Order: sequence, then structure tokens, then C-alpha cells
Amino acid sequence: MNLTLNIWRQKNNVDKGGFREYKVSDISKDMSFLEMLDVLNEQLAEKGEDPVHFDHDCREGICGMCSLYINGKPHGPLQTTTCQLHMRSFKDGETITIEPWRAKAFPVMKDLVVDRSAFDRIIQAGGYVSVNTGGVPDANEIPIPKRIADEAFDAATCIGCGACVAACKNASAMLFTSAKVSQLAMLPQGQVERKERAEKMIAQMDAEGFGACTNTGACEAECPKGISITNIARMNREYFSAVVSSENV
Amino acid sequence: MSWVSKTLNSTLGRKLMMALTGLFLIIFLLGHVSGNTLLFKNDGGEAFNIYAKFMTTNPAVKILSYLTYISVIAHVVYSIILTKYNKSARPVAYANSKASTNSSWNSRNMGILGTIILIFLAVHLQGFWYKMHWGDMPVVSYGGEQYKDLYTIVNFAFQSELLVALYVVAMGFLGLHLSHGFQSAFQTLGLNHVKYSPAIQKLGLAFSIIVPALFASMPIYIYFINMN
Ligand code: HEM
Ligand code: SF4
Ligand code: FES
Repeated sequence: MNLTLNIWRQKNNVDKGGFREYKVSDISKDMSFLEMLDVLNEQLAEKGEDPVHFDHDCREGICGMCSLYINGKPHGPLQTTTCQLHMRSFKDGETITIEPWRAKAFPVMKDLVVDRSAFDRIIQAGGYVSVNTGGVPDANEIPIPKRIADEAFDAATCIGCGACVAACKNASAMLFTSAKVSQLAMLPQGQVERKERAEKMIAQMDAEGFGACTNTGACEAECPKGISITNIARMNREYFSAVVSSENV
Repeated sequence: MSWVSKTLNSTLGRKLMMALTGLFLIIFLLGHVSGNTLLFKNDGGEAFNIYAKFMTTNPAVKILSYLTYISVIAHVVYSIILTKYNKSARPVAYANSKASTNSSWNSRNMGILGTIILIFLAVHLQGFWYKMHWGDMPVVSYGGEQYKDLYTIVNFAFQSELLVALYVVAMGFLGLHLSHGFQSAFQTLGLNHVKYSPAIQKLGLAFSIIVPALFASMPIYIYFINMN
């Protein structure tokens, strides 16, 4: 395949940045999207140019490190992670536009790399549970109905990639935050900090500058892990009941 | 900041206000459209005028109408706050965005739809509501009692094609606003449930078609009965 790539280049956090066009040729249909970018970067390195910076780690669709807004959609045309996207999803001769996630809370650091530590701070604000010190507890000591365990697990499959924020017209982090609130709110282990968690995580989400939710459903449609917006409804319930009943004045 | 103002200034608190005021306005629309169907009664406007007097004088209705004014104002104020805030969350726009592949147009343009409804509301209130309350009105009497003749005002107003067209078009936009807003308000309130959500979706769709269509049929009906 021969492709034209229209890539966002930005030197650093303060640079204005802009698009640059690149050509790559002889790309195999079986390459992943990131491997295609590796080919481009080898070309650039040979010419002594600065390679295109992009985030990645596992390349297995489990770590949530890869990002990229490809041809108008987060993680490209399929509902998967960019590392799991293959070049067979594109046509020979196509022009592919590649942009970083766009959100005030995700500042661009360089080229396509954005700083997603805002997500870490939301987790730090309340995405944890209290545990007893002492002996190792027995596995399955606390009975949890299978249906609840499954639902909590579904929420827990969020890999924190930020595609929901990237897809949302408001750059809202509701889907991510609701998945993290939900996975713990449903389990017995999560009850100790339940109210505090909802209040603190949402306060942090707001402090980071993520937008509010208009319930467009774009996040759910683009999430590579299929996190459902029923989690957002649950988070809203958690939050509203927490603010009226907690001791936090 | 107290916990109340902190909550109302949070993203979720603001959305809660949008949802509650929006739902109240939906109930208002239901009442408004039901009462106005009296316009279809072939009695020279008697039933409609009696109803209009009741709506402007009954103390219980007065309380509801103040709640409606407050809801409209709060809904608009919060919509401005939220829309501005949401815009600021993405200072740099995408050069290439295929948002239409993941969400509906109306859900992404509630602010534009609302603004059109607001413009319509200004014209609508100026034409009927303001006149009824403070304007010079013709008077009719039924059974010895005096009534402001709102029917004649309505009847006269809808002989203008332009006004009829404005009403019909505005109701189309209201329908678009409601087809997203109705179910969205329930999601905001946290009411997303396998048992009830499908029914809420269907009810919302039916409401957003039937109610604006009924409203739109009124000026059309009056326009045509006056043509003959
Ligand atoms: C009779 C008139 C109206 C009704 C029944 C109505 C109803 C609703 C409902 C039910 C919602 C959904 C709330 C939610 O998502 O939780 C909504 C959202 C919205 N409305 Fe209205 N509305 C009306 C008029 C207006 C007007 C006049 C404006 C503004 C000028 C407006 C602006 C908005 C905006 C911007 C949203 C979306 C807020 C967001 O981003 O989440 N609406 N409306
Ligand atoms: S909810 Fe989905 S899109 Fe959002 S961070 Fe988690 S995995 Fe990514
Ligand atoms: S690189 Fe780990 S999910 Fe894509």
C-alpha cells in the first residue's frame, strides 16, 4: 500500500504546531497502524529528521497507552485500540489524517503525545479501597453474586486510554470516571469509601477541566472496551445520593 | 462554598438542573398542548377564551406558571454556562472529525436548537402572552361574564403565512430538541435501567413527534379555516 499521512507535528508543550504531509510506500495490509508509523519513523531517522512521537506500550490492546485521532475518529475506524488496528482497514492511496487527543485536560507534550496524568489524579482522588492489614484473606471469602461480579468486571476493563474524552464534543471524562466509580461501588470491598469516592473523583474530574456530559453517547460508541453509558447513570446516582447524605459539608 | 452551591456548580449539578428544569418544561408542554386543543372546537372560541381566563387567574395555575418562568430562565442560564464550559474543555478543535458516526446531530447541537426555541419563545410570548396579561384586548361576554377575547387575537395572527411558517418550523426544532432531551434527562437523573429505559426511549420519541405536531397543526388549522 502507498499512503499519504497528514500528521500533527508540535515541538513541545508551548509550540503552536501544525500538520505535515508524509508519504509511505510498500506498507503491508497486515501491519498494525503503529508498525506503519514505525516504518515512517525509520525513514525519518535515516534522513536525520525528528521522528513522529506517539504513545504506545503493550501493543496488545491492554495497557491503554496508545491513542491517536485517526481520520476523524479516536483509535481510527474500528472500535478497537490503535495498536490493534491494521492497515487492511485502509485503502491503497488513501490520505490519513492523524491528530492527538484534543482536550484542555490532556495537553499535547510533543507531536501526538498527550499528557493523560489527569486520569491518574482522578484515580488518586478516590479510585481505591480500604484493606485490612494482617494475614492474607481467603480468596472468595466474601460472597459476590456472579451477575454483580461480571458487571463490576465489565466496568473494570476500562484501560484508561482516553478515547472517550477524545470522542466527546465536550471532552468529558464521564465514561472513564464512571467506569472507575462503578467497578468499586458494586463490590462489597468498595463500600467503605463509597460516598467519599463519588464526591472526590467527580470534584477532581471537574478540577482537571474535563467538560460535562450531554449524553450524546459518542464515548460509548468509540470506547475500545465497550464500556457502557449505564455506568454514567450509575455514577450520577452515586454522586447525587452521596452529596445529599454524606457528612462532607 | 456550601455543599449546595458546590454541588450546583459541579458538572453533574449543572446537568441535574438542566434535567429537572427540562422535565418540568416537558410537563408544561403537555398541559399547554392539551389546553390549546380547545382551539379546534367549533364554537367561535368560547371554550378557548374561558380556558385562557382560567389559566391567567386561577391561583394554583399562577404558582405553576411562576415555576414555568423560573424553569425557562434556569434552563437557559444553565445551558449558557454549560455550553460555554463544554466548549472551553476543547480549546483546539480537530481538523478532521467524524462525530456523525458516533452520535446524533441533535444531541451535539442542543445549544443551537435551544437558541432557536428561545427566539421563537420571544415572538410567541410577545404575540399572545404579553397581550393577554398587559395588552389592549377585545372583550367578549359569555353568559353575562366578561372574557378577554384571546381567540380573536390568535385567529387574526395566524392569517399571516409568515407567522404560521415560523410556528411550524420552530416546532420542528422543538421536536429535535426533545427527541434527544427527553431520554437524556432520565439518563442524567441516573435512571438507566434494563426494564424502564426502552419504554422511556419510546415514550420520548412519541412525545417529541406528537406534541410539536399538535402545536404546529393549530396555526395551520386556523390559517385554513380563515381561508374559506
Ligand atoms: C419548552 C422548551 C424546552 C424544553 C421542554 C427543553 C427540554 C430539555 C431537556 C429535557 C433537556 C435534557 C437535559 C439533560 O440532558 O439532562 C434539555 C437540554 C438542553 N436544553 Fe432544553 N428545553 C427547552 C428549551 C430550551 C431553551 C430555550 C434552551 C436555550 C437557549 C435550551 C437549551 C438546552 C441545552 C443547551 C441543552 C443541553 C445541555 C447539555 O449540554 O447537557 N433548551 N432541554
Ligand atoms: S472508558 Fe473506554 S474509551 Fe474511556 S478510557 Fe476507558 S477504555 Fe478508554
Ligand atoms: S499500546 Fe497498549 S493498548 Fe495499545
